[in-house]
Amino acid sequence: MKADHTLDCIGLYCPMPIVKTAHKIKELSPGEVLEVISDDTGIKSDMPAWAKKTGNEYLGLEEDEGEIRVYVKKPAG
Amino acid sequence: MTIIVFSGELDKALAAFNLANTGASMGMDVTMFFTFWGLGVVKKGSLSRGNKGFMQWMMNIMKRGGAEHLKLSQMNMLGAGTGIMKSLMKKYKMPSISESMALAKEQGVHFVACTTSMALMGLEKGDFIDDIDEFAGAATYLSLASEGKVNLFI
Repeated sequence: MKADHTLDCIGLYCPMPIVKTAHKIKELSPGEVLEVISDDTGIKSDMPAWAKKTGNEYLGLEEDEGEIRVYVKKPAG
Repeated sequence: MTIIVFSGELDKALAAFNLANTGASMGMDVTMFFTFWGLGVVKKGSLSRGNKGFMQWMMNIMKRGGAEHLKLSQMNMLGAGTGIMKSLMKKYKMPSISESMALAKEQGVHFVACTTSMALMGLEKGDFIDDIDEFAGAATYLSLASEGKVNLFI
């Protein structure tokens, strides 16, 4: 999946990937996509939950050998 | 979201701050109400007597407080268990209790210290870290909790 920004959270555990995502998303322009790379499997549930609560759009995930890439889109306008 | 931090142990304080930091990251207004042993989490950890009565002073020496002095609630083993846990946290790049507290402040988490517990333990405002936003009582907490959807007691 194509992303405009990437956040590397490899080696970090809950809640740090979510805390860093919340900080990072503020830097994005509306409509841009953020890719978060994590090896904490909790991210699979946590990111959609965070997106739902904060009004961002969860686009899905890609997983490869323990490396999980999740995608969230900052709402346009 | 509100969290009553009643306990003064490292593991419970870590759980409280993890939830506070996540809540703040999810756009919630978060208040942490430190009471009873939980006051130890936000104390400076000073051993000085100040205006404490003798019993209060002795209690302060036994329960010194200060984030870096907190012990595990289980398996402390005279501090060895706590030391092992701290080194494991470092190994797994987990923020220390002090780092979690700083992050909470940075994210706008509101810290309230309970004045009744302070009186009981002979503690004054100067015994606490500068990050305390408010010194207040149960009505302040309940007023916030009645508007919160998530209210926890740790």
